Amino acid sequence: MREREDEWTDLMRSAISGDDAAYHRLLKAVTPVLRAAARRGLARAGQPVDQSEDIVQDILLAVHLKRQTWDANAPFAPWLFAIARNKLIDALRRRGKRIFVNIDDFAETLPGETPEPTASPGEVTAQLQALPARQRDVLQSIAVDSASIKDTAAKFSMTEGAVRVALHRGLASLTAKLRDR
Amino acid sequence: MDTDQLIRTLAADNAYRARPIGLALMLALLAAAPISLLIFFAELGVRPDVMTAMHNPFFDLKFAVTLALAASAIAVSLHLSRPEASLRGFGWWLLIPAGILVAAISGEMMMPQRTPMMTRLIGKNSMACMSAIPAMSLPLLIGALYGLRQGAPARPAVAGAVAGLLSAGLAATVYASHCTDDSPLFVATWYTLATAIVASVGALMGKRALRY
Repeated sequence: MREREDEWTDLMRSAISGDDAAYHRLLKAVTPVLRAAARRGLARAGQPVDQSEDIVQDILLAVHLKRQTWDANAPFAPWLFAIARNKLIDALRRRGKRIFVNIDDFAETLPGETPEPTASPGEVTAQLQALPARQRDVLQSIAVDSASIKDTAAKFSMTEGAVRVALHRGLASLTAKLRDR
Repeated sequence: MDTDQLIRTLAADNAYRARPIGLALMLALLAAAPISLLIFFAELGVRPDVMTAMHNPFFDLKFAVTLALAASAIAVSLHLSRPEASLRGFGWWLLIPAGILVAAISGEMMMPQRTPMMTRLIGKNSMACMSAIPAMSLPLLIGALYGLRQGAPARPAVAGAVAGLLSAGLAATVYASHCTDDSPLFVATWYTLATAIVASVGALMGKRALRY
């Protein structure tokens, strides 16, 4: 487990120095751990575990938008689990449940435990529809059609810079909508 | 959007770099400072005898207390903007201004005084102090919260209260140059009350504004 967490820290350091592939690998690697913990939290609160994917997506968005609060000299896992715990508590509170979430729920997940997503998550998709057209088009092109930034720019006759701005703004306002819903 | 698609989208945005929180906080405070200074110069202004007052160590001590409050609250604010951080091990920073104040009070007690203790404590400017510090703090508090929104505090209300302390510390530093009450007893009473008001407002505002 120690090894796994050291690997995450290394991947995050590479990501911050501009390695997009390392960032992609990192997010892929942490997702099953977050998913298992979200399920455990929901189950303990007596909630259906099929909502776990919405929580996982919430956590991933927060991780992405708050990366600048991670100290590159500190290990990555405690930072990640603090965000995850915060988002899980938020999600349970929104469902009217007050529950103590143990930070060990995250740390304890075994590397072999890799649950697949159960239900398709609806909250991000729903909020996506409420975004301004330009941001929604760019997000959809990159997320759903797997287009690169370059292809997306060509498709909408935008500059790559404008695509990047729309992409980031779209993710930020998506997160704001999820938070204030 | 399924999670794999979301991850791909986030990875595509990896090039985006947010401002470091320290810089965001500094810029927001610099933007808010002119408004607070405008309130100060329009309503109060520096006391006329400031050149002689500067030779009074108790006048200078007011700045030591308020600047220590501002500096320690800035340090704690930046610390609390990290999701895994708590006040534990860091909260004592906020005791530094209180320590300076206690030392100043004991210093004054040991010196011969012309005016009785209660007169020094009540002073002449208590109402001005109680209204000017919160009024000058408010623009700074809004600025501080705006800058700190880059962060991810585990307890937004606590982070908001510390943002209140930092704006009260900065506002009180400017206000201290107007106020003719230099007794540490006055500072410990009225400055503290004004600071507590600003910290409570900060907690209420931070609870919403600093959620992430």
